[in-house]
Amino acid sequence: MEFLSYTLQQLINGLQLGAVYALIALGYTMVYGVLRLINFAHGDIFMFGTFVAYFCIARWHLPIYLVFMITIGATAALGVLVEKIAYKPLRAAPRISLLITAVGVSLFLEYFLSLNAMFTPNYIAFPRPFDVAGYDASLVVVTNIQLIIFSVTAASLFLLYLLVYRSKHGRAMRALSHDQETASLMGINVDATISFTFAVGTACAGVGGILYGFAYPQINVFMGIMPGIKSFIAAVLGGIGLVHGAVLGGLLIGVSEVFVSAYLSSTFRDGFIFVILLLVLLFRPSGIFGRRIEKV
Amino acid sequence: MKMKRAFIVILALLFPFAGPGFGKEAVRIGLITPLTGDVKTYGESAKNAFSIALEDYAKTGKYQIIPIVADDRNDPTEGANAALKLITQDKVLAIVGPLTSKVAIPVSEYAVKYKVPMVSGTATAEKVTIADGKRKPYVFRACFIDPFQGSVAATFALNDLKAHAAAILYDVGNDYSKGLAEVFKATFENGKGAVVVFESYQKDDVDFSALVTKVAAKKPDVVFLPDYYNKVALIAQQLRDRAVKSVLMGTDGWDSPELVKIGKNAIIGGYFTNHYSSERKDKVAEAFVRQYKEKHGAAPDALAALTYDATMIVLETLDKVQKADAEAITKALSELKNFHGVTGTIGFDKKGDAVKSAVILQVEKEGSRYVTTINP
Amino acid sequence: MSFLRSARRLLLVSVVVYVLLKGLFLSGLATEYLQQIILYALIVIIGSLGLNVIYGYTGQFSLGQAAFYGIGAYMSAYLTHVFSIGSALPFLPVLFASGLFSALIGYLIGFPILRLRDDFLAIATLGFGIFVRVFLDNSDRLIDALGGARGFVGIPRITSLDLVLPVTIVLILVTRNVIFSKYGLFWQCIKDDELASSAFGINTGRMKSMAFTYGCFLAGIAGGLYAHLYSFLHPSNFDFLKSIDFLIIVIVGGMGSITGTIFAGLVWVGFIEGLRIVLPSGMLEYRWVLIPILLIVLMFWRPNGLMAQKESRFLGIDRVS
Repeated sequence: MEFLSYTLQQLINGLQLGAVYALIALGYTMVYGVLRLINFAHGDIFMFGTFVAYFCIARWHLPIYLVFMITIGATAALGVLVEKIAYKPLRAAPRISLLITAVGVSLFLEYFLSLNAMFTPNYIAFPRPFDVAGYDASLVVVTNIQLIIFSVTAASLFLLYLLVYRSKHGRAMRALSHDQETASLMGINVDATISFTFAVGTACAGVGGILYGFAYPQINVFMGIMPGIKSFIAAVLGGIGLVHGAVLGGLLIGVSEVFVSAYLSSTFRDGFIFVILLLVLLFRPSGIFGRRIEKV
Repeated sequence: MKMKRAFIVILALLFPFAGPGFGKEAVRIGLITPLTGDVKTYGESAKNAFSIALEDYAKTGKYQIIPIVADDRNDPTEGANAALKLITQDKVLAIVGPLTSKVAIPVSEYAVKYKVPMVSGTATAEKVTIADGKRKPYVFRACFIDPFQGSVAATFALNDLKAHAAAILYDVGNDYSKGLAEVFKATFENGKGAVVVFESYQKDDVDFSALVTKVAAKKPDVVFLPDYYNKVALIAQQLRDRAVKSVLMGTDGWDSPELVKIGKNAIIGGYFTNHYSSERKDKVAEAFVRQYKEKHGAAPDALAALTYDATMIVLETLDKVQKADAEAITKALSELKNFHGVTGTIGFDKKGDAVKSAVILQVEKEGSRYVTTINP
Repeated sequence: MSFLRSARRLLLVSVVVYVLLKGLFLSGLATEYLQQIILYALIVIIGSLGLNVIYGYTGQFSLGQAAFYGIGAYMSAYLTHVFSIGSALPFLPVLFASGLFSALIGYLIGFPILRLRDDFLAIATLGFGIFVRVFLDNSDRLIDALGGARGFVGIPRITSLDLVLPVTIVLILVTRNVIFSKYGLFWQCIKDDELASSAFGINTGRMKSMAFTYGCFLAGIAGGLYAHLYSFLHPSNFDFLKSIDFLIIVIVGGMGSITGTIFAGLVWVGFIEGLRIVLPSGMLEYRWVLIPILLIVLMFWRPNGLMAQKESRFLGIDRVS
């Protein structure tokens, strides 16, 4: 019984982490679907979201719904800004130039925000606007933070689903990810749709940022790097370009990471990610839900 | 007549300026400390204490000290680079610091190589003064070492906290953390205690849920967290999140006002070993505490007190030897006994380590409360 | 002999440089700190040259060069530790072995990775870099001397001008000869258009693997020299940021230009390290804010780098016979 309880508990831990990864992975997958670009800076925009939430709660003492609104707005704005300044001018350039630019934007965000005049490179305590409470469910203990994460993630996914599959913008996005040229021939405003995609993707990361802050209340300008890489791998695992792939991939990566930590050693958790990536790329490069993608 | 008078007056006016700095040989002393990075409060404390020590020395000292401060960012590579620069470019006579063991160990290699005396106030890992079982010459420290500190913590847990089962979580990348964890484990098990969880994490980990769940499943009496305040606060919170009710214990890495700021209720009530308490009743200690409070508005933490002691040890030895020569100073340092410091009476043993008592403090909402002293 | 004869210009310049530097070092005009920087610049040039072959010539976007650099560093330090080597002559085979080891790892990793498209290759090499870092962090579980995340201390300081400069020159020569051979031609074809190249009968898989392996070999040698210069290794030295260092040198210097790499390497290290001496540490934080801006600006205006495809006649690099 104890073994079951322990395993279930770790499973919930994994889902908690995985939910955040899923939200971040959504941004990667949506941008990739539309632009075939790995937005290296996405993890850093996630970090930016967490910091915005920090300022809202700790410095300006705003009520929780405002925190969400402002964070989502700010991260979406940053996403669109990055797209307009750094990626749009290079749309016709070879893909590698775009990639390197993305790397550059990522580094810039990290180091610019780490300046003493900005967020500083220090670790900052992320305040929780509520006290932690645990709920005993006989086999496991679930904290209110976990419940919040699960419910917010579910709500966000539901809203996202409505947006992507039941709205005009969503349809434009999906059309663009199939075939950009034809989509523009059909009268879809390519620029606006791309910006929209970035905005939605980074907004998801912003929500992820808030939840991450609640769960792991210590933030730092470089905190987005590893979650960013892991979330991208999650998106690849699930099938890059597919929304449900990102969600499943994120949850799987979160759970495996926690299980590696629990049953092997915490020090292997990052290296294990690469093993997963390698396995995916070797055996099923299109991901769990994906169709074949061209290699060249 | 008037000219001569004027001349004498001018000379007399100039005389005060000719005071301490006049005619003294200039000597460079380097300080390597983490002014930025994950333990920057330590670096700031150390730098403040270093400055106060220099001021105090300048009143009666025989040399003019040119301080050169380098930031190691609590990163071993940065520290090594800084040490190289201080030694080969700035040509310092001696180095105070580094502050953390993980930086002190590589820097000590440079000290040995270039024959520059190094006195760390605060690096407690064994490997700082020993390599492959052999003593490293030129390297000293003004604090006790982790084998002592770890066993003090374990003994306190066994005897005072009456703990039977302990969990230990440590940073695998940090000699300080790892060394303490191992010593605690050995001592605790020797005292018939059981270490039910002995797990490591990485420096950049934030999600401790898996480890915390492991700890919660075993229900230990004590959880030992020998790491710096940043990580400890985070882990403590996650432990309390999962309703782990064990007593938390730690070491001198906890000594920072940021610990309670970040950890809040989760960490209050925890115990930790330290080098001194700012409430210490002693002439030298009280003078330093008062000076520090005046200048910086808060009582000095152990890092500051130890850095002050380390600096004063170097400077007073310089005065005693009266030669700005590294070999002479090193020899004199190795013979140091009964130095009356802020943190106690300091003497270096054969390994260059200081033999001192440890105190146990308890974390409170504001600062910490002195619990007891444990002698070696 | 024709190998040497065709390189007479380069050798002549190298001898002059050697004499100049040696004089500088011996006379004491250059402090030990400065000497270290100069040697480090040469080491970085070797590593960047490797990346240039992989990316500049063959077009494979690798973000993991630092991992192979690290593998070479640790392997060389371990070998000198095990065999108690303290001087340059017995060190040469160790250096060569470390390079080979890195090359071997690169070759093995190449199998699953090199067939991927640029963006996926980037992530794969990035992931490999993380994997290596985690491995090094935990390496003391395997072999305590490696130090794991606490670092590898006490490496003998064998690297000196007399060792590094000849090694650098030899490697430049070899690289130049390979580049101007048919293999180099194939590599550039693959970079321009892989599909067309394979349609022409070029075995693209093998050629890409060859380029990658050679690039890792150079990285391994650079790592070995580095380990025995700084006497101290820490896994955090070999992370993503280090890979970016190499990448920047390749891009700034010019993809597909050996001269560009040499030049950019010297300027880059000189600039970065020079700043450390000149600037107070407060200003240093702007370094890594300006670097990515530089990167982005380059992508906008000169994505192929400053000296792309051009070689220096003065150094005799463009002449093969």
